[in-house]
Amino acid sequence: MNKRHWIIILSISIFIFACKKSEIIQEKIETFLGFQKPANFPEPVYNFTANPVTKSVFELGRTLFYEARLSRNNTVSCGSCHIQSSAFTQHGHDVSHGIDDRLGTRNSPPIMNLAWNKAFMWGGGVYDLDLQPIVPITTHEEMDENLDNVLNKLRALPKYTALFKSAFGSEDITTSRFMKALSQFMVMCVSSNSKYDKVMRKEDNASFTQTELDGYNIFKEKCSSCHKEPLFTDGSFRNNGLSLSPVKDQGLYLATLLASDRYKFKVPSLRNLNYTAPFMHDGRFLTIGAVLEHYSGQVQNLENLDPILNQNGKLGINLTETDKTKLLAFLATLNDESFINNRLLAEQ
Amino acid sequence: MKNLSIRITLLAFCSILLLASCSKEDSPAPEFAETNLAPFSVEFDNIVGDRTLSFNNTTTPYVNAKGESFSISMLQYFISNIKVATADGKEYAVKQDSSYFLIQSSDKSTRFAKVRVPEGDYTRLTFTLGVDSLRSTMGIDKRTGVLDPAANGGHDSGGMYWGWNSGYIFFRFEGNSNVISDDVNGDPTGKKQFKYHIGGFGGYSAPTINNIKTITVDLTKAGIAKVRKDRQSNVHLFMDAMKVFNGTNSFKIAEHPNVMFSDYSVNIAKNLTEMFRHDHTEN
Ligand code: HEC
Ligand code: HEC
Repeated sequence: MNKRHWIIILSISIFIFACKKSEIIQEKIETFLGFQKPANFPEPVYNFTANPVTKSVFELGRTLFYEARLSRNNTVSCGSCHIQSSAFTQHGHDVSHGIDDRLGTRNSPPIMNLAWNKAFMWGGGVYDLDLQPIVPITTHEEMDENLDNVLNKLRALPKYTALFKSAFGSEDITTSRFMKALSQFMVMCVSSNSKYDKVMRKEDNASFTQTELDGYNIFKEKCSSCHKEPLFTDGSFRNNGLSLSPVKDQGLYLATLLASDRYKFKVPSLRNLNYTAPFMHDGRFLTIGAVLEHYSGQVQNLENLDPILNQNGKLGINLTETDKTKLLAFLATLNDESFINNRLLAEQ
Repeated sequence: MKNLSIRITLLAFCSILLLASCSKEDSPAPEFAETNLAPFSVEFDNIVGDRTLSFNNTTTPYVNAKGESFSISMLQYFISNIKVATADGKEYAVKQDSSYFLIQSSDKSTRFAKVRVPEGDYTRLTFTLGVDSLRSTMGIDKRTGVLDPAANGGHDSGGMYWGWNSGYIFFRFEGNSNVISDDVNGDPTGKKQFKYHIGGFGGYSAPTINNIKTITVDLTKAGIAKVRKDRQSNVHLFMDAMKVFNGTNSFKIAEHPNVMFSDYSVNIAKNLTEMFRHDHTEN
């Protein structure tokens, strides 16, 4: 046997080995576990009995989420503004950047742990995840399309009639099926494997460093009344003292017309902040440091300021520089790398 | 002579026929049984003051009580939860799932709300103008037919679903009037368009404006509905779009050319309750 033969044998065996390995990975992806409530999370609020998660519907939902035909000129998908590597936000954009380069007025929030959400959007108005996609599809600055057209475009494609058939048993493409599939993809976007979660679940011998632990204690004292564990939001709408945005966004008021809701926005989760900058409803702060500056020294006493941020005539939250360092260390334990790398949630 | 006798026989025959048909009209109301269903319809005949509705008639525009000329380009509204009642107080509510109708004045075939109610003589008709709050919060499965958010395409082609506010436009009325300014208080596109999109079902969790209106029509004056299996009883209503402007809360188009989800919509919604008038019943 000469050298050439050896090389051939070697490359064949590498090839076989590689095949084996990818088969194992393949198997791992294939065992679809459906929606699973993390042990340290409360019961979800999404109505799973009306839309039980199955592999084929979830996969259809994933395909739809990354389908640019959902927009008028087939250029923008849900995934264009909700990018997995940015924890399903539009990283680097203060306000959303949609069709024909039109700009919206609000920052793209993450598609994350939505099964625990009672209200959607920064300013509410949508209370059922199954009805949410109508908003981006029909919004002028986002996808500028109408639902009827979207469904007709899908009906014309054998790929989709086949996917709907395998998901729902027949080729009919209806509003309800379309929405349920998108919801299944979105509720499966669960982020629950940060260091914080592992510490809480006592997994992998995970433990906080002293700085992280100090930060956690400061957090519990000063932030958790609104950013409630373990989702890091209590789901409420509040005014956290931001100065008015240039467009004077009135937040929840636009959906309720109640004066007491003016300038209130949904309390966002604080998970995955490492990937989701910029921050706040209009993306005004580029770093978490700037957010902490806001809470410690820039809170404005505008209409409906949350009373928690205005105690004994003192605006904001008292934070020393070491407090801030410790808080930052704790907040970093909420980043979940497995979420942004989860193959199941990626465009296939 | 022979001629006359033929005539008399004919006359007699005719009167018998007439009597017979009269007696059909007067047939006693059958026993009221919820399972004994028969066809019944309500017809929404859209008019504007004392004229019929026609679209974009800018040469002979309509004129409201404030003297403003206008033309109409779109008129459509939801009717739901139809109920009937007999003189002796027996009530029947049409099964909810078959009780949602979108009346689109651009499509004459949509002017009938066709339902099934028990055989009986009805003196009162009740319906909802809009989509009730319960249905407005139901899951996507329950939003089929006219309630499908995809129905009618987008807003430009007459869609009635408000995505950002998860609810339906109950009453949509659009047109043009030269009194509308070209600035932000009017129509900045210069098309002099007015748009009234009236909705608001009371909110999912916190109470918000509720513009759902229940309309009750007394049928005793213009003809009760005699619902029987062998015929189509049809209550013919006039729906006077002029009342949008000329109702109790009358207003100037120039002052409120665009009213959608806002506090002012409550005033207009009150006017909408005055739009319906019973003209006659075909039994
Ligand atoms: C042009 C960018 C853009 C596109 C495309 C887009 N979104 Fe969004 N998304 C946003 C913005 C901005 C918001 C916040 C809007 C607001 O608060 O008014 C948002 C909010 C959401 C929310 C609410 C999240 C929460 O926490 O309340 C969901 C769910 C969502 N989008 C799903 C989708 C789906 C599904 C699609 C595709 C059908 C989609 N988005 C397409 C930018 C976009
Ligand atoms: C009174 C309730 C309240 C308290 C207390 C509070 N927050 Fe917030 N937080 C909010 C609200 C509401 C928003 C969203 C405001 C907006 O965008 O208009 C927000 C936004 C944020 C954001 C931006 C997240 C994003 O994705 O855009 C961060 C980061 C944040 N808060 C951190 C903190 C920290 C750290 C503390 C404690 C020092 C804290 N918050 C205390 C209510 C609160």
